[in-house]
Amino acid sequence: MIRVAKTIVFLLCLVPFFLLLWGIFVTNDLGANPVETITHRTGDWILRFLVLTLCITPLRQLTGWTWLTRFRRMLGLFAFFYTLPHLTIYVLSLKAFDFKEIAIDIAKRPYITVGFLGFVLMIPLAITSTKKWIVRLGGKRWRMLHRLIYLSAIAGVLHYLWLVKLDITSPARYGIAVGLLLLFRIWTAVRSRQPVTQLSGEVR
Amino acid sequence: MLIKKASDIPSSEITSEHVYRNRRQFMKAAATTLGVTAFSAFLPADALAGSKYDTDEKQTPLENVTSYNNYYEFGTGKDEPVVNARTFKTKPWTIAVSGMVKKPQVYNLEDLLKGIVLEDRIYRMRCVEAWSMVIPWHGFPLATLINKLEPLPSAKYIKFQTLYAPDRMPGQRYGSLNWPYVEGLRLDEANNELTLLAVGVYGKEGPAQNGAPLRLITPWKYGFKGVKAIAKIEFTDKMPLTAWAEAAPNEYGFYANVNPSVSHPRWSQATERRLTGSVLDQLRPIQTRMFNGYTQYVERMYSGLDLRKNY
Repeated sequence: MIRVAKTIVFLLCLVPFFLLLWGIFVTNDLGANPVETITHRTGDWILRFLVLTLCITPLRQLTGWTWLTRFRRMLGLFAFFYTLPHLTIYVLSLKAFDFKEIAIDIAKRPYITVGFLGFVLMIPLAITSTKKWIVRLGGKRWRMLHRLIYLSAIAGVLHYLWLVKLDITSPARYGIAVGLLLLFRIWTAVRSRQPVTQLSGEVR
Repeated sequence: MLIKKASDIPSSEITSEHVYRNRRQFMKAAATTLGVTAFSAFLPADALAGSKYDTDEKQTPLENVTSYNNYYEFGTGKDEPVVNARTFKTKPWTIAVSGMVKKPQVYNLEDLLKGIVLEDRIYRMRCVEAWSMVIPWHGFPLATLINKLEPLPSAKYIKFQTLYAPDRMPGQRYGSLNWPYVEGLRLDEANNELTLLAVGVYGKEGPAQNGAPLRLITPWKYGFKGVKAIAKIEFTDKMPLTAWAEAAPNEYGFYANVNPSVSHPRWSQATERRLTGSVLDQLRPIQTRMFNGYTQYVERMYSGLDLRKNY
């Protein structure tokens, strides 16, 4: 059952990618600035998948639906997957493989710096996303490492925010989503500590 | 009356975009067929060659020119103006001329343009966001209008304002820029041979999302200088505070000359993506040229001016 669900979700996650390919090669209807369309659409999907991934644990805690966790890795990996066309377009079409220019961009332009940071932080998470790595690192250390996703998401939101000229509505939406999810995690973490202090109080 | 209503022209008479874009070849071919090639040597060069300022680079298709617009009065998304400006009426239209000018007064646009001959100029347009288009503008040199209006010798700048009408321009109901949109030029820039007031694109008036009924074109400057739907013109001795310079003074200046060596604080201006309607043309960026390739016409106006400071 979960297998079927996973396959369906997997295919659904690929839909935006195939819609882009369709738009490029078949209908050629990505608007006047197709490179910008591709960059923005993949960028949006990276942030959406990051937010979806971050939703899993709070949702599980609120609903008690433990099966939700089975989808977390896939959603996180799809966030990483959509960084690949996003970066390819940047390197190929915006910078023409001029790696000196790219290095200057990363060093000098905050929105590129922070976007690149967000990407780099996702690499160890993608590598260590397998069960084998959870065992190798141990659950506690693995969970610690994977909290980096919050940094990655914040970096992604800043990347978007620092790019827009004036209208910050869209990056602000992602910012609020990530912010609320982070607050929820902090809140539950703090709350889960309280019984411990109460207990130690009783002992005393 | 100079401004024709669109309905005066049956659609069957409108030159198709394809023929229009290839009109020089079309005319040359026609001339050859008629065996008047030899005769054409006696014609003024411009008769067949179009404007001497024209670029022969691949033009951006009409469909792209009219559906990808930075026009915040009709929404901050580039795909919004084509939708939100659909019902925008550009007739009747008045232009208030004020300040250091012989006769400050409110004109009907039609009266103001009486006797002015419209022409077509194929210019590059470089947006500050590092994309560019090649657009055949339909309009006339701003200098023609300035001569008609007779500014006083004390006037040093010309200031333009977009119509302020939040009921008709939905973007003005929200505070993004400080409405109405203000742009301006030094008077010598305004009188430059390249500077146009455009009434339309591709040989026709309109459409509204491209700034009809009247917009500014300064091809050596970033696109945001091209103030649209002009409702006020003022001659002044003070440098106008322009809309984007007011919104983000460290990012956008009064001059806004295209300059590949002066980066926008957040991105490089060294290259650009040319929008030609084909994704393949965009696979590689092209080098941005100083003054967008119009150096020979504009350079002398800026001798002695530090273009790094006066971005």
